Amino acid sequence: MDPQLDEHGKLRHLLTTEGLGGKLVTEILDTAESFLPVTDQAVKKVPLLRGRTVVNLFFEPSTRTRTTFELAAKRLSADVLNLQVSASSTSKGETLLDTLETLQAMQVDMFVVRHQASGAAHFFARHAAPGVAVLNAGDGRHAHPTQALLDVFTIRRHKPDFSSLRVAIVGDVLHSRVARSEIHALHALGVPEIRVVGPRTLLPATVETLGVHVFHDLAQGLDGVDVIIMLRLQRERMEGALLPSADEYFQRWGLTERALRHARDDALIMHPGPINRGVEIDSQVAYHPRSVILQQITHGIAVRMAVMAMILGSRGHEPTTDTSR
Amino acid sequence: MSANPSVQKNLRIRKGRVLDPANGVDRITDVFISRGHIKAIGDIAPDGFAADQTVDADGCWVMPGVIDLAARLREPGQPHKATIASEARAAASAGITAVCIPPDTEPVIDTPSVVEWIRHRAESHALRVYMLGALTRGLTGEQMSEMAALFEAGCVGVSNAGHAIPDTGVLRHTMEYAATVGLTVLLRPQDPYLKGQGCAHEGPVATRLGLAGVPVAAETAAVATYLALAEQTGARVHLCRLSTARAVEMIAAARQRDLPVTADVAAHQLFLSEMDLSGFNSLCHVDPPLRSHEDREVLREAVRQGIIDIVCSDHQPHEADAKINPFPFTEPGISALETLLPLGMRLVEDGLLEAPQLVTRLSTAPARILGVEGGTLAVGAPADLCVVDPRAIWELTPSQMFSAGKHSPFHGWEFRGHVTHTVIGGGLVFQRY
Repeated sequence: MDPQLDEHGKLRHLLTTEGLGGKLVTEILDTAESFLPVTDQAVKKVPLLRGRTVVNLFFEPSTRTRTTFELAAKRLSADVLNLQVSASSTSKGETLLDTLETLQAMQVDMFVVRHQASGAAHFFARHAAPGVAVLNAGDGRHAHPTQALLDVFTIRRHKPDFSSLRVAIVGDVLHSRVARSEIHALHALGVPEIRVVGPRTLLPATVETLGVHVFHDLAQGLDGVDVIIMLRLQRERMEGALLPSADEYFQRWGLTERALRHARDDALIMHPGPINRGVEIDSQVAYHPRSVILQQITHGIAVRMAVMAMILGSRGHEPTTDTSR
Repeated sequence: MSANPSVQKNLRIRKGRVLDPANGVDRITDVFISRGHIKAIGDIAPDGFAADQTVDADGCWVMPGVIDLAARLREPGQPHKATIASEARAAASAGITAVCIPPDTEPVIDTPSVVEWIRHRAESHALRVYMLGALTRGLTGEQMSEMAALFEAGCVGVSNAGHAIPDTGVLRHTMEYAATVGLTVLLRPQDPYLKGQGCAHEGPVATRLGLAGVPVAAETAAVATYLALAEQTGARVHLCRLSTARAVEMIAAARQRDLPVTADVAAHQLFLSEMDLSGFNSLCHVDPPLRSHEDREVLREAVRQGIIDIVCSDHQPHEADAKINPFPFTEPGISALETLLPLGMRLVEDGLLEAPQLVTRLSTAPARILGVEGGTLAVGAPADLCVVDPRAIWELTPSQMFSAGKHSPFHGWEFRGHVTHTVIGGGLVFQRY
């Protein structure tokens, strides 16, 4: 029983892209498409979630992601509360469950949760009161479903036929919740070839069980691909004996003009951001004509609006689903 | 253990299937208990024996009490998790008449005074409590403890519990010294660096769930070191809580060369695997982690063959909050006293073990390896035994558990076989009906 779906197969929470299925993913993307014009209007607001309360509950610092969730909720006319909870306050005897229950007592409708532990979103969903939704904004290394959905949304706008795509995900797959969610989302949409590229220290054990082809050489990994997704490399990975230096990493796995030549001429360049120039991607390449990195950010708001509207809209308080189209 | 008022009573256990593999006994007969000891086994009462109490064991097993090689009672140090009182009750209800506790109490069992304190605390409860002394002071892995003093105080072995001794030179010397004193060294094979922050078996499930993995090599690298040092030092080594197929192969090979090394496994490792972590089930957060299906099958086969001598509970009771968190933040370990014998009986039901073999793994072998009494129903032995009804069908639920720790991955499992009576030192300490 998938905790994120209700008995009719509708979204109750969004915890992971795993198990969503192509139909539901496509529905999310279609809904996001309908929200895209809203973000271009002078008055960027629709009244879908008026009177609803969304709490951004972030246990990890993040300005970018939190901001896009905040904007998405506000453009749906929801009330938004931002809470940055430091690890220290939960160690003061207040458990995670206490935090959840305290906020729930304030009659919130949705938690947007980011937490450093894998499984945190499932934990919140399991303990949330009935009718309170959980939207995973990143849990440990496990999942970051809205990032993956905005990535496939961006791909679809440029390359609508998923059934013929080759996608390469390059870099620190081991620590990446984005990569895991992307792999599941791409599979759901029927992408026939997904590759992961990186040194063995940055690829999870038995990564091939996720249904991907493994490459250690960047040139080979990019050969003939339609989409390149570069992953952010955290600075601390250089300290744990996973890599010798940022310089050597960039030489072998950084995306440069030269490396780019191995991909198809029309290959998209993507990155979940924020980018580390000169570590995983060359500055020139980040702003290359085929780079869609800034579009990803714009699309992120529409995709998050879609997910929020679909979850809270299916709760039956107001006829929100009808007006969302 | 208490001087139970019923100790002096004469107890007759009628018509049970008496299982005493230490003496090659497996037949339906009576057990006669007098003055705390086994007086006789047979169909006719010995001369002058008049039963004060008779237990009807028709259709039941009568076996030596289970000796659990590894159980945390949480005293001293963590009474909010459990107490000797609560866990003694749980043990008795599950046919366990003796437990051996690792030295990682607070304070650590590294001085005779701590041994004395625990013995004193345990005295008033119906459970024999054996202790392992710390191999190094404070379990820090640096300075060896006063092992001879711990031995004299009553410790039945030495161990560094779940704490590594990273300096192999220190490890070698502690093993040599333990061998000098005549103590068995019980070692938990887990390389702390290879384990790192890992909380799940490094395999497909951890990869999918994004959980930091514990590689097989975390266990096998330590096993290799321990076997090499066992050979070098001549210490009697027991390897604790195996989880991998490869470690089993290494131990089997070492035994082929007559290295005096023994091993155990926690019962849950024989029934669960990494697949059970799906949905981030924190009840399956144990250390060492649940491994692959293949590992589990090899562990089961090793128990059958006796390459793994002992099945223990690795009982680690926790307060409710310990498991209420995202998976990596939960505390490892489960409440397992009350599922040890039931899971063991399932091994018999599955056809993996014969009943006498199960008794050997749960009782006879632990007694032999720890060098303690029990594990047998020989005439003259202390009357530590239990009566089990193999026909009783029951389901495990948190509310019916006696242990203060209620976390078990086996809630909702249906078990066949329930302890009806537990006898320690001739005293009836538990009776189900």
